[in-house]
Amino acid sequence: MIASRRKFIKISALGLGGILASTSALNIFGKNSYLNEKVVKNISKNFKKTATYCEVCFWKCAAWAYTNEKNEIKKIIGNDDDTHCNGRLCPRGTGGVGMYHDEDRLKTPLIRTTINGEETYREASWDEALDLIASKFKTIKETHGAEAIALLKHGSPGSHLEHLFKAFGSDTIAEPAYAQCRGPRETGFGLTFGSWVGSPEPTDIRDTKCLVLIGSHIGENMHNSQVQEMSDAIDNGATIITVDPRFSTAASKSTHWLPIKPATDIALLLSWMHVLIEEELYNKKYVEKYAMGFDELKAHVKQFTPEWAYGITTIKPAEIRKAARAMANAAPATIIHPGRHVTWYGDDTQRSRAIAILNGLLGSWGNRGGFYFKEKIKVPTYPHPAYPEPKWGWHNLGEQYPFAEMGITSEIIKATIPSDDQKHPIKAWVVAGTNLINTLPEREKTIEAINAVDFMVVIDTMPMEITGYADVVLPECTYLERYDGIRSATNRTPSIAVRTPAVKPKYDSKPAWWISKEIGQRLGLEAYFNYNDFEEVIEWQLNKLGTSLDEMKKIGVKNFERTSGPLFLEEDQEYEFATPSGKIEFYSQQLANQGFDPIPVYTHHPEPSQGFYRLNYGRSPMHTFSRTINNPNLSPLKDENTLWVNPKVARILDLKKNQEVWLKNQDNILSTFSIKVRVTERVRWDSVYMYHGFGHNNEKLTRAFGKGISDTELISKVVVDPIMGGTGLRGNFVSILTENPHKNTEI
Amino acid sequence: MIQEELFTSGRNIPNIDPSLEIWHWPIAVYLFLGGLAAGILFFGALIYILGKEDTYPTAVKSASIIPPIALSLGLLALVYDLTHPLYTWQLYTTFRIESPMSWGAWVLLITTPLSFLWTFSYYREVYPKLEAKLKVFNRFNFLKTVEKFTIKNRKNIAYALIPLALILGVYTGILLSAFNARPLWNNAILGPLFLVSGLSTGAAAIILLSKTKAEKHLFGKIDLGLIIVELALITHMIMGYFSGSQVQLEAMQLLVNGDFTLMFFGFVVLLGLIIPGFLELLELLGFKVPVVVPALLVILGGLIFRFVMIEAGQLTRFLY
Amino acid sequence: MRYAMVIDTLKCVGCSDCVVACQTENDVPIGYCRDWITETVDGTYPNILLELKSERCNHCANAPCVRCCPTGASHIVEGGIVLVTAEECIGCGACIESCPYDARYQHPDGYVDKCTFCHHRLQKGQLPACVSVCPTKCMYFGDLDNPNSEVSLLLKNRKHKTLAPEAGTDPHVFYLI
Ligand SMILES: Nc1nc2c(c(=O)[nH]1)N[C@H]1C(S)=C(S)[C@@H](COP(=O)(O)OP(=O)(O)OC[C@H]3O[C@@H](n4cnc5c(=O)[nH]c(N)nc54)[C@H](O)[C@@H]3O)O[C@H]1N2
Ligand SMILES: Nc1nc2c(c(=O)[nH]1)N[C@H]1C(S)=C(S)[C@@H](COP(=O)(O)OP(=O)(O)OC[C@H]3O[C@@H](n4cnc5c(=O)[nH]c(N)nc54)[C@H](O)[C@@H]3O)O[C@H]1N2
Ligand code: SF4
Ligand code: SF4
Ligand code: SF4
Ligand code: SF4
Ligand code: SF4
Ligand SMILES: [Mo]
Repeated sequence: MIASRRKFIKISALGLGGILASTSALNIFGKNSYLNEKVVKNISKNFKKTATYCEVCFWKCAAWAYTNEKNEIKKIIGNDDDTHCNGRLCPRGTGGVGMYHDEDRLKTPLIRTTINGEETYREASWDEALDLIASKFKTIKETHGAEAIALLKHGSPGSHLEHLFKAFGSDTIAEPAYAQCRGPRETGFGLTFGSWVGSPEPTDIRDTKCLVLIGSHIGENMHNSQVQEMSDAIDNGATIITVDPRFSTAASKSTHWLPIKPATDIALLLSWMHVLIEEELYNKKYVEKYAMGFDELKAHVKQFTPEWAYGITTIKPAEIRKAARAMANAAPATIIHPGRHVTWYGDDTQRSRAIAILNGLLGSWGNRGGFYFKEKIKVPTYPHPAYPEPKWGWHNLGEQYPFAEMGITSEIIKATIPSDDQKHPIKAWVVAGTNLINTLPEREKTIEAINAVDFMVVIDTMPMEITGYADVVLPECTYLERYDGIRSATNRTPSIAVRTPAVKPKYDSKPAWWISKEIGQRLGLEAYFNYNDFEEVIEWQLNKLGTSLDEMKKIGVKNFERTSGPLFLEEDQEYEFATPSGKIEFYSQQLANQGFDPIPVYTHHPEPSQGFYRLNYGRSPMHTFSRTINNPNLSPLKDENTLWVNPKVARILDLKKNQEVWLKNQDNILSTFSIKVRVTERVRWDSVYMYHGFGHNNEKLTRAFGKGISDTELISKVVVDPIMGGTGLRGNFVSILTENPHKNTEI
Repeated sequence: MIQEELFTSGRNIPNIDPSLEIWHWPIAVYLFLGGLAAGILFFGALIYILGKEDTYPTAVKSASIIPPIALSLGLLALVYDLTHPLYTWQLYTTFRIESPMSWGAWVLLITTPLSFLWTFSYYREVYPKLEAKLKVFNRFNFLKTVEKFTIKNRKNIAYALIPLALILGVYTGILLSAFNARPLWNNAILGPLFLVSGLSTGAAAIILLSKTKAEKHLFGKIDLGLIIVELALITHMIMGYFSGSQVQLEAMQLLVNGDFTLMFFGFVVLLGLIIPGFLELLELLGFKVPVVVPALLVILGGLIFRFVMIEAGQLTRFLY
Repeated sequence: MRYAMVIDTLKCVGCSDCVVACQTENDVPIGYCRDWITETVDGTYPNILLELKSERCNHCANAPCVRCCPTGASHIVEGGIVLVTAEECIGCGACIESCPYDARYQHPDGYVDKCTFCHHRLQKGQLPACVSVCPTKCMYFGDLDNPNSEVSLLLKNRKHKTLAPEAGTDPHVFYLI
């Protein structure tokens, strides 16, 4: 074997070990520079690190964006000092580079016009687009009041626009993260413990001895530090109990998987309480000291035996007891996880209440391995004049729901659709960072509302479905190209993180702070935007927090000491919960006063009729909702969703793996596209399952268009939570069509 | 029993997923041409050494035009299938004793020029009319020196060509059988099988070009013998799969009871071996058979055989 | 020195972060990958087993891909890492055909590419990109020759397997089960 010269060079370069050595050694032999680049491409790159936090979901992990000499963003790596990520981003955060690189991005402002009788968009300058928006805002304010302009938002752009809206006099604001997501649990836990769960959830998973997941599918739900801590819990030998009709990833890691019949969780929770109380397994000392309403609870759950629950949930009494004992055994280091996307069946606040009560019985709130007392830093507000007092706002729209604590998107929709008894008609929308078409149930209503508004602005980074309905589309630059508000979130220890631009905005895109400021100035609200660059705002705030922008650019994250006291209750500590009684409320007088059940009860929910299957959906670990499906880095990982079908169902319907099928729901709504069948034991025979976020129908999304089915379009029926207005999404049923129902119609 | 096995993150790598398509038709052609050339060179050299070139002139002289062309085309086909072809020269910066591909490259590097020389040494004898037209020898005087040299060294070249042809013939099979990862290929029979098949196509080519009855007769006999050996080897190969591991059983299904069954049993075994063998037998027994027919069938069968093996082999794997 | 990777299937959630991290770290062209995730489901509802695992080149000690390479482009460096030198590779595909794990691919620029165990990062004292990103921390990397390394200890104390051992390649990516 001949030792080639090239090999000799390689070895000697290795021997010297250095970066410089290998490049120069190669250069000495005058090799083709193109090849040189190939050999040393990863070694020679001089990266610049820019501090940011991730915007691919709302966990907001702090990270470093790495740019090379050519100022191209190459990779994003988690910040080691950050408690949200501990130096490890999730796949979506790592793939965040694709948000920036996606060549399908919105590139310039667009204005709707009619050319030859056909509606289309034309490119516009920022000045023109912003002038138009300002003039529309003014006219609507004159005729209907500023309140008639609604803001539907999600994520970072939201806060900038919220400031604009409040300055302008509108508090008609809502986001899907409430009524389609966390709302019920915040209300349920709020009513019980006097505290929201919040984000990140204050669950001490890493130290837990028993983690109970009710539907919550951590591992597919990639909320970062939670996934990390669940892994720690596995290492620590914690008992994991997963209640899920589907064999989720979490279920596969669990000691006990309870394959519950969908929509029956409250029955299971009640029977668990029954076991804990009847077998006297609950944390007596804790309950005596901190809780009220125990006797009522005891009397209430007496009848709810595991045998009773078996008939409803199909989970064997022995299994129910075994799980309850495991929880009690580990208590108080037991977490019955509150879940996050909890708008399921319309009685979700009550289910969340049941979860909260169960935690109360076990004593996990305020104990190690249970829930810790979270803390966050208050970021001082940059000085601005007081906001005007709007005549009405989201409160009034949600009046019907006494325990609603944030704007309800679906109520905004209702108030937009003209009707006779309209007290607070909405005339215009600004939508920022939420793809309402693929996010809100009852798509027809959303579109009806959109058709009814006089004027609609959408601020987005991508040509998502929602942008196609706008009168003006404004292209925001991605999170990697802008400053945003300081991240301050609740955690074990308070921390702040900054987002600074790694590169200049691509195309003609602009940050939301700039958009808000420019609109504000055109509306005569200069006083509220007393800065040239948002950088100044952050700088000011950071100085107040005892640091500086320069320092934060270098460290990205700053962790602070706790000031609110210990993480957990001390032995026999007196503690007042922020409930009316100052105690954990097993019995809720607040609910009783409003005519709701003070202690949760089980109610039966409709079941699929012959030929129909319950539409179950969830997260794909490598995607965030609809926003990443077109992401060039993430789309190849999973470019379409599949329809999970139990083999028994496949046999009955004669479905084969990868066969294309269409779905039709109980309201005869057809799926726009087809979906491939996955025959799998991981799903129950009474349901089908798919990942949420797919089935994009905007052709401008070149990678995502027409790939898979949108679960959202088949969710035409919701059961609204009477307590807080959440929209229960899991009560929809579909039948499976093997023939293309669109054969003769244009899609 | 595994119920379900799938890629979670969409692996969809070009030419690899869902099944390998790294080697395309040029590789099959390359292996076929290599075997054909090996066959002709082997018979030509052998007959020359035995001193029978006047009795069987086709094998030595006129058929010798095929190997250099076949080898050149084969090499071209190989290079055509490389994805980094500008670096082909890297094959010749090293000899990798464990790499069949390296063996092949070197054997071809030596065999191809030898086959050219061999053909060249007979150029004026076999193609006087062509030379009369082209008059290259008049134009380039040094050619005469070269010709003289080659004619003088024919015996040496022949001695070199016999082992080289055998290595080349075996190599076309070993190249595949060395791949442990492709259960269809991974058996010891493939080397001898491809060698025999190559010899058989070589013999068939000689029959096609031959003008004398004696020569046709001899190569008919040789070919028949080779066909019988080949059939035996194929049987052996199938038996081998039968007694093999699960993956080999699955691989065999492709040939025996799958997408390639018609191709394999219909075209390779029946049309490419049994029928021509039968026809050659009839001819030997004195029946009047146009020998072109079995010869062409053998050649075609040999080509299809390589296509089948390349295509089917890449469908077989260890995992998933 | 003998590098090895140990992956705990009891913790891996199949999120594919390791795949994306490899992509951005190693400039793996979009549509290709050096590592990937498989899912195996066994049993019948409700008695099911699910295994998720991250796969890549196994840096086999008995590497057929290196043996069959006609140019020496595929070679083994210190620590048992199997590498491909791009400009020695002719793209003949022999190594791809020889790998029982389909761990190699043809780079659009012509040469063959695969997992390098992030050789360039190891030289800088960093862990491979996939290992350092994994949110479940289910991937471990280290030196098998050192009996006290994390990987050695894990393999000593826990049940494990390799993929397709019947292929006889002596793989050095291990799965804890
Ligand atoms: N059917 C169904 N519906 C659901 C859910 C479900 O599981 N199934 N889940 C519900 C839950 S839990 C939630 S939290 C909501 C989430 O609902 P959304 O937040 O609406 O989710 P996405 O689909 O990701 O839409 C985000 C939009 O923001 C845009 N975007 C991304 N980054 C930026 C940016 O930096 N600036 C701007 N201006 N825009 C940006 C994206 O392009 C996309 O259009 O959906 C709810 N709706
Ligand atoms: N990768 C990724 N991670 C994400 C997100 C994302 O988009 N992508 N989004 C983030 C956001 S905003 C949210 S809100 C969370 C949501 O994440 P989770 O709160 O974990 O989501 P859920 O939708 O509540 O739970 C889905 C699970 O509930 C099961 N399920 C369905 N019906 C029932 C039932 O009747 N009873 C029980 N017990 N289980 C049932 C489903 O089978 C599925 O496994 O995920 C967050 N994490
Ligand atoms: S969990 Fe993932 S997507 Fe969400 S912020 Fe963190 S890294 Fe980004
Ligand atoms: S990053 Fe870790 S948990 Fe995720 S798929 Fe890879 S090995 Fe598994
Ligand atoms: S896994 Fe494949 S490519 Fe990697 S060393 Fe083993 S045989 Fe070679
Ligand atoms: S493709 Fe490249 S690395 Fe692979 S065997 Fe051929 S020359 Fe070697
Ligand atoms: S070790 Fe490096 S090259 Fe190999 S799969 Fe992991 S990240 Fe990719
Ligand atoms: Mo959510």
